[in-house]
Amino acid sequence: MARLELTGVEKRYGAVEVLRDVNLRINDGEFIVLVGPSGCGKSTLLRMIAGLEEISEGEFSIDGKRMNEVPPRDRDIAMVFQSYALYPHMDVARNMGFSMEIRGEGTPARRSKVAAAAATLGLSALTARLPKALSGGQRQRVAMGRAIVRDPRAFLFDEPLSNLDAALRVEMRLEIARLHRRLDATMVYVTHDQVEALTLADRIVVLNGGIIQQVGTPLDLYETPANRFVAQFIGSPTMNVIAVTPAEGGVRLGNGVLLALPGVSIDVTELGIRPEHLDLADPAASTMTGIADVVEHLGSDTNIYAQVEGIGPLMVRQHGHVALRPGDPVDIAIQPGKAHLFDTAGKALRQA
Amino acid sequence: MATWQRANPLMRTGKLAAIAFYLCFALFPLYWLIKIAVTPDRLIYTEGTALWPSEFTIGNFTTVIWQTDFLRFFGNSLIVSLSTAAIATLIAAGAGYAFSRFDFRGKRLVIALMLLTQMFPLLMIIAPIYRIIAAMGLLNSLSSLILVYIAFNIPFATFLMQSFFDGIPKDLEDAAMMDGCTRFQSLRKVILPLTLPGLGATLGFVFTAAWSEVLFALMLIKSNASMTFPVGLLTFVSKFSVDWGQMMAAGVLALVPSCMFFIFIQRYLVQGLTSGAVKG
Ligand SMILES: Nc1ncnc2c1ncn2[C@@H]1O[C@H](COP(=O)(O)OP(=O)(O)O)[C@@H](O)[C@H]1O
Ligand SMILES: [Mg+2]
Repeated sequence: MARLELTGVEKRYGAVEVLRDVNLRINDGEFIVLVGPSGCGKSTLLRMIAGLEEISEGEFSIDGKRMNEVPPRDRDIAMVFQSYALYPHMDVARNMGFSMEIRGEGTPARRSKVAAAAATLGLSALTARLPKALSGGQRQRVAMGRAIVRDPRAFLFDEPLSNLDAALRVEMRLEIARLHRRLDATMVYVTHDQVEALTLADRIVVLNGGIIQQVGTPLDLYETPANRFVAQFIGSPTMNVIAVTPAEGGVRLGNGVLLALPGVSIDVTELGIRPEHLDLADPAASTMTGIADVVEHLGSDTNIYAQVEGIGPLMVRQHGHVALRPGDPVDIAIQPGKAHLFDTAGKALRQA
Repeated sequence: MATWQRANPLMRTGKLAAIAFYLCFALFPLYWLIKIAVTPDRLIYTEGTALWPSEFTIGNFTTVIWQTDFLRFFGNSLIVSLSTAAIATLIAAGAGYAFSRFDFRGKRLVIALMLLTQMFPLLMIIAPIYRIIAAMGLLNSLSSLILVYIAFNIPFATFLMQSFFDGIPKDLEDAAMMDGCTRFQSLRKVILPLTLPGLGATLGFVFTAAWSEVLFALMLIKSNASMTFPVGLLTFVSKFSVDWGQMMAAGVLALVPSCMFFIFIQRYLVQGLTSGAVKG
């Protein structure tokens, strides 16, 4: 049980600035997901929380106690590594019980705890095996078991599922969600996969280039992204962004059509619209016309990649099956109230 | 498919033949060594080219062991080689770990200097080394050899150890530290067990190098009491004759520690000890 707090945290390697002014409060029992493209500093931030990486500036505290100078072993935090980092010369049981071994806890206590964790994770039959005799998914479970056995104040996960195949990834994702519900522990989870972020998180922290872009619930980020980066990073398929010019009572699209948006700022340069917020419409009601370029039939949905006159490529997602073929003309309408507006810097503009 | 099936046995035979040829080629001098060692003295020249002598004797061995200084040479060599191997490996392990894991100022310079020491032929530095050892008053002592051998073996041994440490994922240490280890504990409980093959290989390498070194042993040791084995071997060459049988018997005996050493460390040399540590 722990409240983690980062205040003005920075990380520099020599002259290279990797993280800038990170301020974040993680509440007790919260599931926080750090998400962002590769190289944006997620692992670095996680490792600073773990104590494996020095904090260049600012303060990190757990339950109000400064932790900057506390070594990892005294922070009582468990970490699951992307590479799993299982000790290759120890069998599964010893891997899982290693932290207790180091703490000098007796063999009986260790055995029962390891057995309980192994049972939870479905590893009971494998406790005598060495890591090299396990599959990727099993190794991943052992790595989680090693963390569970410790009963730590907080769990850290660094892209724990990125080495698994798609089916296993979904399964383990559910397992982690269940684990969080059962343990009710504070968890910080790093991923570059926004689906993982949206499905697991209580709150998501979006990082880009070492700077926090936005912190919020999955729905917050989906509905009111703070900037174009968040808008395009969260949500799948990716949000369409098209150039617009401010006009009287709204914005003018590239094809000359005026989209009525009351109270829009004159700084607007771009309009973002999610594929699911575009509709195929009657020619009469449509704002844009174009040609279907590629059509993907997913059964539940149909993805239409269209070339729109005066605007460029747009992606439209429609529910159910749409009988449309590449080359067919399409008429597209924007659902009212779903457009996002951005200024030159990419900052989201709220409509008054 | 058919060609593959037909080519396969041919390829196999060819490969086996190549290996067999190489083995014969490489092991023939060894065979000759043993052959002469068990040949009675009077047959050495008369049956010089026979593949196996018509008479067999272990007389050379008993003579060498009981009637020459062989045992003393052998003991000296053992002391020198074991000390050198142990100390050099210990230092190399520390240095190799530092090179592999830490970034510190002057690291590149130190590595460059260590590489540089490997580029000079030993002959060039015999005279200065002799002067230094003489000034230290260490001439004719085993410690002089140990000192010099350690100095010469450390650079290569360090690079060897560094490459072994490089092969151990850093995540393992991080995981150990998250699990409550101090850096030293993570070294002892996680890194050391995984480095045993590397330590074994380095020990073996340094031991063998020290065991067979002649040049410095010849220069720095003049007294019979501190001669090492390779130099002692030369005492079988007298002014008027060479005692081939005894010399070869001594040579065979000299192989024993090296062989034993490698048999002993062989189980640590098996690869794949770290497999399964990270990823799939
Ligand atoms: N030891 C280091 N020295 C210099 N730069 C580093 C070091 N470690 C990481 N970085 C840089 O920090 C940035 C963030 O790395 P990381 O936290 O691993 O990214 P992520 O986990 O988000 O993919 C990267 O651009 C990387 O190049
Ligand atoms: Mg990372």
